[in-house]
Amino acid sequence: MTPLRRYLPVLTAVLVVVLLQVALSAAGATYYLTQLTMSAYYALVVIGLCLLMGYAGQVSLGHAGFFAIGGYTSAVLTTCNLSAFGQTSWITSCRWLGMLAERRDLYGASILSFAPWAGFLAAMCLAGIIAFLIGLPILRLKGHYLAMATLGFGLIIYRIVLAAPIFGQADGISNVPPFPLPFGLEVNGRPAFREQNYYLAWALVMAAMVLAVNLVHSRVGRALRSIHQGEEVAHSLGINTYRYKLATFVASSLFAAAGGVFLTHYNGSIGPSEVTVMKSVRYVAIVAVGGMANLWGAMLMAILLNFLSLRGVMGTYDDAVFGAILIVIMLAAPDGLLRLPRWRRPMHFLSRRPHG
Amino acid sequence: MDDILLETRNLQRFFGGLHAVKDVSLKVPRGTIQAVIGPNGAGKTTLFNLIAGTLPPHDGQVLFRGRPITAWKPHAIAELGIARTFQTTRLFPHMTVLENVMVGRHPRTRCGFLAGMLNLPRTWREDREIQSSALAILRDLGLEGLADQTASNLPFGKQRLVEFARALATEPTLLLLDEPAAGLNIYETRELASLILRIRQRGITCLVVEHDMSLVMDISDDVAVLDGGQKIAQGPPRAIQSNPEVIRIYLGDNHA
Repeated sequence: MTPLRRYLPVLTAVLVVVLLQVALSAAGATYYLTQLTMSAYYALVVIGLCLLMGYAGQVSLGHAGFFAIGGYTSAVLTTCNLSAFGQTSWITSCRWLGMLAERRDLYGASILSFAPWAGFLAAMCLAGIIAFLIGLPILRLKGHYLAMATLGFGLIIYRIVLAAPIFGQADGISNVPPFPLPFGLEVNGRPAFREQNYYLAWALVMAAMVLAVNLVHSRVGRALRSIHQGEEVAHSLGINTYRYKLATFVASSLFAAAGGVFLTHYNGSIGPSEVTVMKSVRYVAIVAVGGMANLWGAMLMAILLNFLSLRGVMGTYDDAVFGAILIVIMLAAPDGLLRLPRWRRPMHFLSRRPHG
Repeated sequence: MDDILLETRNLQRFFGGLHAVKDVSLKVPRGTIQAVIGPNGAGKTTLFNLIAGTLPPHDGQVLFRGRPITAWKPHAIAELGIARTFQTTRLFPHMTVLENVMVGRHPRTRCGFLAGMLNLPRTWREDREIQSSALAILRDLGLEGLADQTASNLPFGKQRLVEFARALATEPTLLLLDEPAAGLNIYETRELASLILRIRQRGITCLVVEHDMSLVMDISDDVAVLDGGQKIAQGPPRAIQSNPEVIRIYLGDNHA
């Protein structure tokens, strides 16, 4: 595949993103940008899950858990108060590394906690390590058994979040500070930062898409697809199937954790509703609607469905709608909505061919 | 001994109470075509799976170039230079023919996960190499016209050839062929015979499990006969043809 062919959809997407912002600003409806920004962070989870499910063929019903590990780790580290530890040597060395940030709370008291970038690194490391340790035993399982094991993992994370005081129990964690970035940019949910954050989130999604698309078209991507289409054969051709499945599991959990970190700093809070099993089901449903092995379809659907959900279009039936979507897709269009005959031509252009 | 490429020593394998492979010892000299024949359920495919690492043996040894590779994982065995085809042709159905063969290049190439994601210069340079060598193999087998076809759309005979191409792409020194003529017509079988001979000419040793007697007798240098999991006879094709024990298991007692 020529580079132009591979990256043309990226350029198209960038153009659409810019046009959307310009149009919404001209119409004075910039509040839509907030939900689009949040949808973009959810799209990160979906892109990772699409690699795992659509390409490597391994299902995960625990990705909300990785999203939460990312979000909560960063939230805890950037809201904890280290003032009590004052001048101990590890505080001093953390300060010397620039890992600490000082701010004032509502009442003017000084709070010393970890800087968001340190929280981000810790969150990614933790999510990666947990994914590795969990994946080590459960990726020996296949099909329904793997689905159940990942479901169990998601449930455990949910119960931990709900039970542990450090995670704020049912209240979650609020007052998470904004995430300052180089060049004066900031992941911040306040209206003044709306346009900036819309572009930041989309830059991240596009970066994730480029990484994912590259991977899919590489030697490793072919190996992943071959595992999906015939694991025993792939193994006999010299592909270390177990190692690739594990690596994809870890990579996709890192995508989810990154989404969790940034959305938490954007919203300024995270709560247990992000960790429910229905969130995991929602991600799976979106990948299915997008066409499983179709990164662009999955991304498009992630934006569309999350946007509708965040706008409250589905009302209190939110979870029911996503459950129903999953059922309908499995019955009526197992290759995804975008592979129905009328969509085949435009999608064929985007993804060149259906890789199952 | 250096001229023995593959050796099995007293291989044993059970499936529950069934003794599927019973004490099988076999020596395959380098550069030969070794056939393994026997009636259905004789343990031929199981023997294959024990060599290819798909199943671990319960006892006994497999040696490749004099080194023990018993119960190695299939991917490690493939890296070592043993490739296999399957009894029922198993291509990756949603990939093109070219991609199928490109997957076969896997054990001879290196670029990993991160290199793939970042699409480094060495990644696409390697990918170009993978593509051109896969195309060369297809051209060699006269399949270059099918390169862009989706594998599942091919007629059965062509699928089998693509599977050959994919196995050859791993640059094997030993090729395990599990009933390569099954489901092929006379012409396709003849074509297959000349292909196997051509593969041997390139120094690739072949171990063939086969039902088709004419194919076995035409191409193989040596034939081993399995029955009930045991090796009951071994020798050149001519001698095997007149072996009373072999005639008995194939045609029944009153012909022996």
